[in-house]
Amino acid sequence: MRLSIRRRETVWFYALIAPWVIGFLLFTAGPLLASLYFSFTRYDVVSQPVWAGLGNYLRLLEDDLFLQALKVTTTYTFITVPLGIVVSLALALLLNQNVPGVRFFRTAIYLPTVTSGVALALLWMWLFNPEFGLINYLLERITGWEGPLWLQSETWVMPALILMAMWGVGGTMVIYLAGLQGIPTELYEAAELDGAIGWRRLFSITLPLLSPVIFFTAITGMIGTFQVFTTAQVATNGGPNYASLFYVLYLYQAAFRNFQMGYASALAWVLFVIVLLLTLLAFRSSASWVHYEDEERR
Amino acid sequence: MTVQRHETLAAGIQGRPRWGHKARSRAGRITVFVLLCLVAVPFVLPFVWMLSTSFKTLDQTLRFPPEWMPNPWQWDNYPRSLFEIVPLYRYFWNTVVYSVPATIFAVLSSAVVAYGFAKFRAPGRQALFILVLSTLLIPYPVVMVPQFILFQRLGWIDTYLPLIVPNLFASPFLIFMLRQFMQGVPSELLDAARIDGAGVLGIFWRVILPLSKLGLIAAAILTFAANWNDYLGPLLFINTRDLFTLQVGLTSFVAHRGTSHWQLLMAASVLATLPVLVIYFAAQKAMMQGIVVTGLK
Repeated sequence: MRLSIRRRETVWFYALIAPWVIGFLLFTAGPLLASLYFSFTRYDVVSQPVWAGLGNYLRLLEDDLFLQALKVTTTYTFITVPLGIVVSLALALLLNQNVPGVRFFRTAIYLPTVTSGVALALLWMWLFNPEFGLINYLLERITGWEGPLWLQSETWVMPALILMAMWGVGGTMVIYLAGLQGIPTELYEAAELDGAIGWRRLFSITLPLLSPVIFFTAITGMIGTFQVFTTAQVATNGGPNYASLFYVLYLYQAAFRNFQMGYASALAWVLFVIVLLLTLLAFRSSASWVHYEDEERR
Repeated sequence: MTVQRHETLAAGIQGRPRWGHKARSRAGRITVFVLLCLVAVPFVLPFVWMLSTSFKTLDQTLRFPPEWMPNPWQWDNYPRSLFEIVPLYRYFWNTVVYSVPATIFAVLSSAVVAYGFAKFRAPGRQALFILVLSTLLIPYPVVMVPQFILFQRLGWIDTYLPLIVPNLFASPFLIFMLRQFMQGVPSELLDAARIDGAGVLGIFWRVILPLSKLGLIAAAILTFAANWNDYLGPLLFINTRDLFTLQVGLTSFVAHRGTSHWQLLMAASVLATLPVLVIYFAAQKAMMQGIVVTGLK
């Protein structure tokens, strides 16, 4: 059988992407639908799922811990993401200057992103140790204040985790640095002729041209903060008194500690919808502040 | 975007900054340098603290004010952390056993799919690619419950299969990244190979893969690091102590001894971080380029 060249190309295309299509159906689309189904059931893994209608979703409305988890996670997101963007942008701007040792500084700031998982959580538990930790020691040396209990304090556990997140801004910083390098020098020269220097230069050239990258990191950052699990589970286990009960930690506990797969699936779908809505919202808002070069040229 | 553009960008990251071109005033440059020195401290200090603690005696970790220099140097914290409290050496090996095949599978399968998206025209391609990208937005925890149920029904709990097999089916992030690299391979090269009689797979093997080498290396490192540092996956699928992976093993360390032996915990953490750190440094150029290519839309 002879196929036209175009037909053959189409067949090859689908053959080559087949692994992804199969994986998508098996490990993403399938589970997504399955979890929608489970979310309407009571299911403890051992026995068969029992239809529960809207039961799980109604339970969510009355579940104080769910609301707490939602509060903790959104607070963390709305502080960590913007703060992270500002800090990494400031760092990228500094690191884009022609000063001696700049490569050392770039590596130093990027380095923390290499550590992650449990080792990272352990390191910060030790740093935040109220008695013998480095942070309180330095605080006392510099400010004379003894410092809080950090991870063991309802008030201070979130600031501690946010601080910890800031240690990992190197990943975003490198992306911004790449974006800065991509801005044509001529633009700055032209702007200089127009008298745009210093802050004006930042706000009228650098930031608009960087806005697509900032937008990209805002979205990925947000999806990341909604998935915080390891640090919460290892360093605080949601405590003290649920002050750091992150959403995914609560979901994990519902599924794998209480074996309420149905309820956990409802939690999962709510998470999915929240992330979806926030992304859509971000895309809608982007029209007003994200500046795409191609658009301009058209 | 072409490969060349990426290379200049990567060179930009590694090399000297380009738009600081106008020699700033001396005072300005000194200010920036001093600022950078101050800013770098909080990024470096925790590492120093981690290393310093890992060589201290238990006694010295409990001293206040803390001392930076271990005295005496307690070298056997490292062998002790590997063998004494939990069999961390075994967890190391377990982690290698699953993350190496997982990485190879993920990179190869993603390269095949990326090749399809980069070099073949077909109806539906655009829509499918958007679908690939949008799956990046789905948080893993959303699908973890049904995945767990699936693997449990397959009898895969307490094996490394749930951590390895899904990697055979390409990862959206790697597809995106490798496609960027492959689009930079000039079509004339593909045509030339075709004229020489190479088939679709021959071209993939002999032209596309060699020319995407940096991308493949970056993809492999990122995937390896992600697998190495993964905690949630092994936590869900592995229950037997002997099969624990490094990250889960570290928490069982805490479960056994609590947090009263920071010198051992830090030695274990240094060991757990080291492999990824070494690989990052060894392949820094590829890494930077990988970040540049994926960071830009």
